[in-house]
Amino acid sequence: MLDDFLFRAFLGGVGVAIVTGPLGCFVVWRRLAYFGDTLSHSALLGVALAILLEVNIMLAVFVISVLMGLALLMLRQIAPLSSDALLGLLAHSTLAIGLIALSFMTWVRVDLLGFLFGDVLAINQFDLLTIGLGGTVVLLVLKIIWRPLFAATVSPEIARAEGLRPERAEVIFMILMASVIAISMKIVGVLLITALLIIPAASARCFSKSPEQMALYSVLAGILSVIVGLQGSLTWDTPAGPSIVAALLLLFIVSTLTMPKIRSIKRKYSNDAGDGAMS
Amino acid sequence: MTKSDSSTLIELKNAGVKRAGKWLARGISFSLHAGEIVTLIGPNGAGKTTSAKMALGLLDLDEGTALQKTGLLVGYVPQKVSIDWTLPLRVKRFLNLTGSCSETEINAALAMTGTSHLLNSEVNTLSGGEFQRVLLSRAIAKKPELLVLDEPVQGVDNAGEEAMYNLIETIAKTLNCGVLLISHDLHFVMSATTHVICLNGHICCSGTPRAVSTSSEFRTLYGSKISANLAIYEHMHDHTHGTDGSIEKLEEMAENSNENKEITTDA
Repeated sequence: MLDDFLFRAFLGGVGVAIVTGPLGCFVVWRRLAYFGDTLSHSALLGVALAILLEVNIMLAVFVISVLMGLALLMLRQIAPLSSDALLGLLAHSTLAIGLIALSFMTWVRVDLLGFLFGDVLAINQFDLLTIGLGGTVVLLVLKIIWRPLFAATVSPEIARAEGLRPERAEVIFMILMASVIAISMKIVGVLLITALLIIPAASARCFSKSPEQMALYSVLAGILSVIVGLQGSLTWDTPAGPSIVAALLLLFIVSTLTMPKIRSIKRKYSNDAGDGAMS
Repeated sequence: MTKSDSSTLIELKNAGVKRAGKWLARGISFSLHAGEIVTLIGPNGAGKTTSAKMALGLLDLDEGTALQKTGLLVGYVPQKVSIDWTLPLRVKRFLNLTGSCSETEINAALAMTGTSHLLNSEVNTLSGGEFQRVLLSRAIAKKPELLVLDEPVQGVDNAGEEAMYNLIETIAKTLNCGVLLISHDLHFVMSATTHVICLNGHICCSGTPRAVSTSSEFRTLYGSKISANLAIYEHMHDHTHGTDGSIEKLEEMAENSNENKEITTDA
């Protein structure tokens, strides 16, 4: 079955969605959407370098993303600019340099659109292995740092005072983000990775009662959207990455519209139960 | 305060921290033992939070030394916590924030602050006073050896303030923990305080609440008008504390102490 390119596409997409769900929750909680954008934009520079140095693309993207994250942490200390200005600076300059570098390499025929919007049908068995292994490692590490990272998200001061060393968890989280960008680039493309992080979490929010539940629902939302999006892409011959993002948006709209209804039904139900107890 | 034995939880010796060439706090020395309540008071920017952070070992000192008991279990109530609305967080999960607590520990901690009924409420929907109590519950759930409270009565009205101070005193006694209390409220210092340290970049004066309120340094720092009004809050122990510390009892206690409150002013 792994020989079937369609099956590989679905498997890779679902694998990526399982990883982006929990990580995306932290992106939403910590308001890091633009940070994710910056890392993913710099991925194109990683692609250019990978082609130039003839190394694995995912590896190069991962390394560049980690370096970007570290550069950002350092610039924050020394540059007289706010975080969002720094992020914008890094995002667009690395994207530009990446595009220029690719245009110089006339000897290789680069499918630029594939990198920008994903090339899900070109996923090979090695990519699947990387997604599987890389994704498992990312999730395991996230599970280990979950408590300090979550505590630091709620209140860095409490986490620090009670000895959880949140700074360490935050640096590890940045490395996990870089890994996720590297493994999901082929599915949705450089420009759309942040959507795969944010929209499942946003759709899951209304239905969740605890952070852990939200992470789980985000995974389900991501898987559903990947399947619907890829199916749509096959049916109407649309690009895969944008189709997945469109499916995510659709799911978000549906979840937002149905939520108030569910909530009012619940309230009515609990009120009835309350009245019953009173009488 | 001179003893330095196994009961010492934190100790600062002539500690100081500077940022961009300016000392945030300098020459800070104090120690805190199990069962003691130390209150840090001072105007804004006096280095209260800096001193507390130095004592907890959260800042690298530029001068002096900071000692903590090894493996010190700290419960911290920060000055401000804002929970993003995108976070689905209920009180029960919030109490497990920095370490996992058993059901019994959670229930006991909530009962102590009279917030048992909030167990399954979303943290975002709590009122200011409720949230303060839940923050306190979270800090005490693991039975810390040291409780650090950064302005715990912020945004609480006068009656609530008294109830809160009562509660802190009860908690300190029940858990037999040390308490480091930071307060910008110059009018009000708990009488249960073992030691008041009045800061203004350095230790300006320190001692028992009564000694500080009458000291000339204190008056120079805050002017005679404020220091004349320094109330040392003492509630009369003509009642027993309920072991469950339920909220009804606390309000009752606050009312009682309102009537019996003894305000010591220094004219």
